[in-house]
Amino acid sequence: MSAPALETRDLTIRFGGHVAVNAVSTAFRTGELTAIVGPNGAGKTTYFNLISGQLPATSGAILLDGEDITGLGPAARAQKGIGRAFQITSLFPNLTVHENVRLAVQARSRRAAHLWSLWSDHREWIARADRALEEVNLVHQRGTLAAALPHGDKRKLEVAIMMALEPRVFMFDEPTAGMSVDEVPVILDLIARLKARGDKTILLVEHKMDVVRSLADRIVVLLNGVLSADGDPATVTASAIVREAYLGQSPAASAGGGHG
Amino acid sequence: MIRALLSDDPPKSRLLAALLVLILAGLAAAPFVFPGAAALNTAAKICIFIVLVASYDILLGYTGIVSFAHTMFFGIGGYGVGLSLYFLGPGWPVVALGIVVALVIGVVLALAVGLVSLRVKAIFFAMITLAVASAFMILTTQLSEFTGGEDGRTFRVPELLRPTTRLFEEPFLGTAITGRVLAYYLVFLSAVALFLLALRLVNSCFGRVLQAIRENEMRAEALGYRVVYFRTMASCLSAALAVMAGAMSALWLRYTGPETTLSFAIMLDVLLMVVIGGTGTLYGAVIGATLFILAQNYLQKLMAMAAAATEGIPLLPRLLHPDRWLLLLGVLFVLSIYFFPTGIAGKLAGRGRGPAA
Repeated sequence: MSAPALETRDLTIRFGGHVAVNAVSTAFRTGELTAIVGPNGAGKTTYFNLISGQLPATSGAILLDGEDITGLGPAARAQKGIGRAFQITSLFPNLTVHENVRLAVQARSRRAAHLWSLWSDHREWIARADRALEEVNLVHQRGTLAAALPHGDKRKLEVAIMMALEPRVFMFDEPTAGMSVDEVPVILDLIARLKARGDKTILLVEHKMDVVRSLADRIVVLLNGVLSADGDPATVTASAIVREAYLGQSPAASAGGGHG
Repeated sequence: MIRALLSDDPPKSRLLAALLVLILAGLAAAPFVFPGAAALNTAAKICIFIVLVASYDILLGYTGIVSFAHTMFFGIGGYGVGLSLYFLGPGWPVVALGIVVALVIGVVLALAVGLVSLRVKAIFFAMITLAVASAFMILTTQLSEFTGGEDGRTFRVPELLRPTTRLFEEPFLGTAITGRVLAYYLVFLSAVALFLLALRLVNSCFGRVLQAIRENEMRAEALGYRVVYFRTMASCLSAALAVMAGAMSALWLRYTGPETTLSFAIMLDVLLMVVIGGTGTLYGAVIGATLFILAQNYLQKLMAMAAAATEGIPLLPRLLHPDRWLLLLGVLFVLSIYFFPTGIAGKLAGRGRGPAA
């Protein structure tokens, strides 16, 4: 595998006396899918927020292709290729499904902020948004307001928005949380296809251990904000620290943990 | 053709479209259909406020920014044209100069306020705009040597627009084509052009980003849109349109003063028009401005008629006395909010885009 696409060095955030993410140093390579696991409150989502810029790091550094992006805001990081699908669905509720995705397509273009060019004139962008919707089986809902979608479809749209952004680093935060059993494979297939392309860096926070085992090249375990284990799935799931701290709670966690 | 003019955003329902065509036709034919100076004045005021309300809706309805400084930009437009004509004498180049100067001042001021305060929370921005607008109004009334103070300035408009001008010897369709009629059509056509421009802006790629920011600022940022930049741009564009509305107002009234352009009463009227018409849809501005100004101007007459008709019935005539028109307007406002929480245009379009303020 190649040089790290994304790296965090001693990444730390403190909320008052509480250290939510504590000196996490690790690297993610292109073509690799890393699952980040840990019990609720372990700092997984906070770690994601630090990487994509929703939260400022107290100390430490984030490097994208060797470039220090710690000082950049979320918009600049997105432009540099960090894509994020949120655990708590974050859509544009009063815009249509298609408009939601289309905004992501448009965000990639230099002409994103064009004052004069009509929204409806960009056929290619419209087609690309539709392709992203096809990938998650949402084309039939393209004209629906995002707010009116059922929960499972909202989760799919959340993923479609990130797909349309075509980032280099994909950050899935419990993409299947709250989805019905028959909807889950759509998302998992999509992640598998993405991984098969081999040119993207994929980070996945997931509670369901079967999903993690089937998709991940590598598992990183966070416990109380500290990176506690890091390795290939077989080794990590077999390690004592994980069994005690995380898998010991797995019945509750995999049954439906992470509804937000 | 029509689709292109409307920036591919035609009215969402037939009823709304019919209402808009009716308003457009009424305004276009106003000098011939509704005789009298008062009627023409009402029609011109509607045209001016359609532009002002539409420009405010770009901020409030599309971007989700609450600003109380909108009449300041209206005033800058009014004073820009008014004072230019007052000091430099009537002439079209002077009008153009006044507009350009006002646009520059307006946009620079919007940019300054935006850069200083659009990073902070919405409520602080609203407070800052309130402070800036108050300061501007006080400054304008204090600089009475220059601005005419509380009295404002009366000035002469270019010859073509004066009441004494006659374009033709004979009346046309029973109406003498005076400079006033020409001035009205200047205001009307400017309003149509500026409204279509605003419609184009909100339906551009840029405009959709504004809506995205209104809907979910954090998500827009996570897609790579710099929210502060877009908010500031929206604020500047909206200010420029308000300046144009102010310029139209000055040319029509041949007068500029704090009461007609800067007062908070106008700011409140604009807010009411936006809410009644419906935020987040520019067609709402047309409906809101038209209904509100018609009510303002004709409710009293209507009530006098109603009071006369109900004479003999206890209490009712007293309630319907013309002096109670503000009470009735208030009741109508409450009712319209109750039945049309997304505004009249929002209700008719059936697409519940609520205010995001």
